[in-house]
Parts: sequence; structure tokens; C-alpha cells
Amino acid sequence: MKLDSDDFELFGIPRLHTLDRAALDARWRVLQGEVHPDRFAVEGAAAQRVAMQWAVRVNEAYQRLKDPLKRAAYLCELAGARIDAENNTAMPTTFLMQQMEWREALDDADSSEQVQALADEVASHRRDALKRLQSTLDDAHDPAAAAQQVRALMFVERFASDLDQRLEALGQ
Amino acid sequence: MALLQISEPGGAPDPHQRRIAVGIDLGTTHSLVAAVRHSVAECLPDEQGRVILPSAVRYLAEGGRQIGHAALAEAAIDPRNTIVSVKRFMGRGLADIAGRDKLPYDFVAAPGMVQINTVAGVKSPVEVSAEILAALRQRAEDSFDDDLFGAVITVPAYFDDAQRQATKDAAQLAGINVLRLISEPTAAAIAYGLENGSEGLYAVYDLGGGTFDISLLRLTQGVFEVVATGGDSSLGGDDFDASLAEWALLEAGLDVATPQDKRAVLVAARATKEKLSSADHATLACPLASGELSVRVTRDQFVSITQALVARTLAVVKRVLRDAKTDKADVNGIVMVGGSTRMPMIQSAVGEFFGQTPLTNLNPDEVVALGAAIQAHALAGNAGGDELLLLDVIALSLGLETMGGLVERIIPRNSTIPTARAQDFTTFKDGQIAMAIHVVQGERELVSDCRSLARFELRGIPPMVAGAARIRVSFQVDADGLLNVSAREEGSGVEAAISVKPSYGLQDEDIARMLKEGFATAEEDMRARSLRESVVEAERMLLATRSALSADGDLLSVEERADIERLMLEAEAVRAGTDHHLIDAKVEALAKGTEAFAAERMNRGIRQALSGRRVEEV
Repeated sequence: MKLDSDDFELFGIPRLHTLDRAALDARWRVLQGEVHPDRFAVEGAAAQRVAMQWAVRVNEAYQRLKDPLKRAAYLCELAGARIDAENNTAMPTTFLMQQMEWREALDDADSSEQVQALADEVASHRRDALKRLQSTLDDAHDPAAAAQQVRALMFVERFASDLDQRLEALGQ
Repeated sequence: MALLQISEPGGAPDPHQRRIAVGIDLGTTHSLVAAVRHSVAECLPDEQGRVILPSAVRYLAEGGRQIGHAALAEAAIDPRNTIVSVKRFMGRGLADIAGRDKLPYDFVAAPGMVQINTVAGVKSPVEVSAEILAALRQRAEDSFDDDLFGAVITVPAYFDDAQRQATKDAAQLAGINVLRLISEPTAAAIAYGLENGSEGLYAVYDLGGGTFDISLLRLTQGVFEVVATGGDSSLGGDDFDASLAEWALLEAGLDVATPQDKRAVLVAARATKEKLSSADHATLACPLASGELSVRVTRDQFVSITQALVARTLAVVKRVLRDAKTDKADVNGIVMVGGSTRMPMIQSAVGEFFGQTPLTNLNPDEVVALGAAIQAHALAGNAGGDELLLLDVIALSLGLETMGGLVERIIPRNSTIPTARAQDFTTFKDGQIAMAIHVVQGERELVSDCRSLARFELRGIPPMVAGAARIRVSFQVDADGLLNVSAREEGSGVEAAISVKPSYGLQDEDIARMLKEGFATAEEDMRARSLRESVVEAERMLLATRSALSADGDLLSVEERADIERLMLEAEAVRAGTDHHLIDAKVEALAKGTEAFAAERMNRGIRQALSGRRVEEV
């Protein structure tokens, strides 16, 4: 257990996309209980600095592990398959068509019910795609194919957050 | 994790025994100080037995000031010089202050933060808040007949970086060592959680005099984890007073023009509001320059006058539930905090929304200070084995301005702190040698809609074609929720960093000047205070190192141990001296020299924690 251990080692969990969320949460609380700066409030500056570094590192790993897409991207990178989303934007035509349809549907939507219906559709698409991604990683052990799926899901995620913002704007 | 420290027989007394640590609720309308005594948290009363200190400061023409009850009593006759609800101005510019034309103050626009012109000169909200904090510090020191070791000060969860920094500056000005800034709802949850031994997901609805906060916390075996938080830093009981006052004036066909009238009608509205919490109707009455104001109000009328304000709070509650990806049905309990939750319509609206009766068994005025006191007690190392861990979040996203005035979010809201995040940027033009970095806080897409926190420049980038430089900007948020930003060009290693101080940023000279000008806490010499702080820090560091050596000394080689012991001897040698700079330097050398050892100990602690608990499973 070192500051530069990978996230899975740090949390003592198997290097898989399949995850026991309750165990991850519990482990996070145990780790923070050890490293949080408040635990060292009466010790000196050296302990405080080390604690700060560790607490940041533990939170960073936790954020990455608990998010299924970030966890998948991290597993790809660990297996040597770069995500490199900025330079690698080639997507299958069917995927791009669907993205365009969604965007148009959002542009046309003018009630929060319509936006909500679209959000539900996107959420269901996302769930299915994440299931396939998990299988690509844990069953097929194909990080290169998984990296392609991650890139596609990053588009979906961005669109989902646009939907959220729109919903928030309509709700006020 | 902190080891118990036992002093040698006949040696120096254990510094633990004299660590007086308090919790301070620096509120909009009133403030309190609490401490754990005989393992029970209690609010400390003043000489008259009152625990509440009205957050009011009156500046007098002949110099000096009145603080608390005495100031509040004069608010109506001397409104211009009697500053109340100063918390609403902390870290805020003139333009940010809603309804400022209805307030009786002579505001002065100043860079970063508004100031107020009084008969005793121009005062910043930080100075006014420091007066209140100093009064509470005095009260605590009188109660214990000892110096204060430190304090946990509460801030609304929704306070941004500028407001938090302003609060910390005010504490520094009042001579208080801030152990931690914690969120008010979190403090309330500590007090409730420990009182009731609760587990599960709790919503804390905190409607104070000037601010509204809602936090969702998960309580698990002594860990208080904030899941999501939100609020409105300019919505509180004051707004209910203002709405009621406005309505009454309209009903009566009267107008207010003078500062005295503005204050008088607000005071009358507040009294009427309080009466309506128990009575069905009340009369809002006060004499004004334009005539006698007297309007009868029923509770139903009051409910309809203020329903938009209640709805605003519930909209925020909904957003926080959405952020937490949770449903209101998952909430195990609702805690009500803040004097404004005494209004029956607030309790029924919140109860109706969640479908359960809110918890109100602790005094809503005191609960925040009590929770802060419990945390202060633990941070000062007084709690022994009573492990309590707070995992808080930042309430507002942090980001940078990019081309076109757009915000690139670096740290999203509701990230657990401490946290750090880095992002790479590049140059826009060929041969660009400098980059302007503008740090903002808020949820909106456009920079102009967010709060500007700081600007700095990274200079000396080697000229390259556009897009070739790689500039890594790192954000680090500490456990107080305060931000540090640094930027580095990766190719050349050029660096720039800034501690995000709001642009009003009090300099050390300013503080020295304020102290010299007869500030409430300035009885003691600045230098004496610095020296005492340095000596305490040296003692603390030496003690911590000694106990670390005896617990984990086996991690060190003979040479490493000798190095640390030499540094300890050097610190020991200067400790009794009078040069605080020298003491600081030796303590810092010891801190640097023990950092690798501290890291090794941390590794060991984590290994033990994980292996020890894997079997029993947490």
C-alpha cells in the first residue's frame, strides 16, 4: 500500500469492472479514517502534509472507482489501451446518427416532460452500453474494444449532462 | 490514530490538559460559543447568563464600540452605525447585496468586498465579524480562565471560497487559531447524530437569519459523510421580515425614507413574525416619520406573503436530492436547524415534502455551536478514543475561464474534500509566452455568471506554435474548503502558483494596522502573540515527533533516526528563546526532516487498517 499504488491495490479490491459498491464505500471510510488530516490535527506540519496528500489520493481513487465509466477507462489504461478521447473521435456511422437524432430531439423539446422522456431513453441506452462494456472487460478481456466503447459512452455522458442542465433550467 | 501522550513524572504538564477548544457559530442574526466540558457539549453563557450574542456591532463617535445586546438595543436610534447581519456582506461586492437600498448603511464600493462607512471610519465586514468573534473568544477565555487553543468555526455549506476566506481572516484578526471551518448543517448533524446514535441518510434543513442550506449526510459508525449539499447564501429569516414589512407598508400606504424608519419597520416586522409562530394574528406597529404604522396580520396572510420564499428553499432541496441521485423516500430523518425553522409553516412545508415529521428535539439556535464544539474537542486531541470523522464536500464547482468566456469545470460540486484535480491547457496563439489564468466558482456555463475568485499569470512560456505548449493547471482544495491553484508549463517547467485569496485579501500589514488602531483584541502585543504561537507549535511538534519515534522508530535506520534526533535537539535549543522567526525555522526544518518518516508511518497505518479489518469486514 503506497501512495503510487493503483486504485484497485489501494482499495484492496480485485482489478475488475464488476464492483461491490457497498464494500468500496466501506473501504473508503476505513481509509479516510486512517489518512484524513483531521486525524493528525495535533501532530506536526509533516504529518499534516502527508495526510493531505493521502486523503487527496484516496478521494481521487474513490471518485474513479465508483463511477462505472471512469473505472472502465482506468482499466483500459492500466491494460495499455489508451483512451485518448481528444485525438480519437472516429465513431461508427450508426452511433453518430443516433447522436444527431438525440441532439435534434433535444432542440425540438420545449417541455420538461419531453426532455425527461429523452433523458429516460438516454439513461436506458447508457445502462445497456455499460453492461456490454463490463462484459468486454471482465469476460472477453479485450481492452482495445473496451476503449472504443468508453469513447462512445463519453459522448453519451456529455449529452446526458446537457439534458440535466436543460431539465434544471426548465425546473426553475 | 493519534497516540495518547503521557508526560514524564515531574516533567512539563501534558499540553493536552490545557487545550481549550471551542465551537463558534458565527450567525447572521446571532452568534454562540460552545465547548465540551465534562464530556458534554454546552453553550457558554455571558455574565448575565445569556448564551446568545446578537451579531450586532455599534461604532461610537467618541471611539470604541458596543457589541451584542447593547448594540442591538441602539439599532433603531443609530441604524447607520449599528451593523447587523454583517454575515450577508462577507466576501461580497456592493453589487451582490440584494435590497441594499432598503438597508440603512452608507455602503462604500471597494475592490472585492463592500465596506461600510461609519462614524468611526470605513469598516470592512471582516473587521465587524472579528469584533463579534473577539467577544466570543473573550467569553470563552473568561469561562475557562485560560487562553484559547483554537476554535472550529461554522460557515453555511453554501459559502463560496471568498466568503470562507473572509471568515477565516476575521478569526485571524480576532486572534483565534482556526482548527477547521465546518459547514453549519454538518455541525448540526454531529450534534444530532451523537445525541440520538443515528445511522443512515439524514437531511439537514438549515434556515438561518440570512442563509439557507440543505445537506444530505450519511452517518455510519462515527463517520459523517456529506453526500450532497446546496443552498442559497442570501435567503433567510431577514427576507421573511423584509417581505412582511413591504406588504405592511403597502397595506398602510406609507413609505420609509430615513435609515431610522427602514430599521424600525424591519424590527417591527421581525417581532410580528415571531409572534405569529404561536399566535393566529398579530399587529405590526411602529411610529414612522410619515405616520403611525399599524397593520393587523393573520398567520394565513403571512403564509401567503412568504410562500415564494418557502418554495425557493424546496426547489434547492429537490436539486440536492437529484445531485445525490437519491429519492426523498430514502431519507431516514430530517433535522431542522436555524431560528427560522421555528415558523410553523416551514415545519409543515418540509414535513409535507418529505412525508415525515422533522426532528426538532435540540434547540435550533444552539445545535450548530454544539456540533462545532464536539468537533473542536476532537481536533484538539481531547476526545481520546472517541473517533469521529467528518467527510465534507465543496458546495460549488470550481473552474477556469477558457476562450470565449466559457467555464471549464475542474472540480465539480459535491466532491469530497480534501481533493485535487489537474487539467492540461494549451496556448491559443503562435509564440504566446504568457497565459492568464482566471479561477471562477459556480455552476453556470458563462464566466460572467460565476463568481470570480482570482486571476494570475503564468509567464515565461518558451515561444512555440499555438497548441504545442502543455500547461497543467492544478487545483487543490483543503479540508476547510479553501482553494490553491498552481500552473506549470510541462516542457520548460515554468511555474506559477496562487493561494486563492479574494482580491480584498487582507495583508499582514493590514492586520497589524487594525490591531494597532485599538482593535478589541489588541491588548496584547503582536510580537508576544507570535512568539507564544511559535512556542506552542514547537512543543507540539517535538511531542508528536517523540511519540512517533517511540511508536514506529523501528521504521528508521540508525542514520535516519540520528538525523531526526539532531533536528529535535536544534528545535529544543531555540524553544526557550525570544526569536519567533528562529523557532519557526527550526520547527519547519524538523517538519521537513520528518516528512519521509511520517509517510512511512502512514503506509504502516493503512496496511494495518486494511489487513486488520478485512477479516471482520467493515
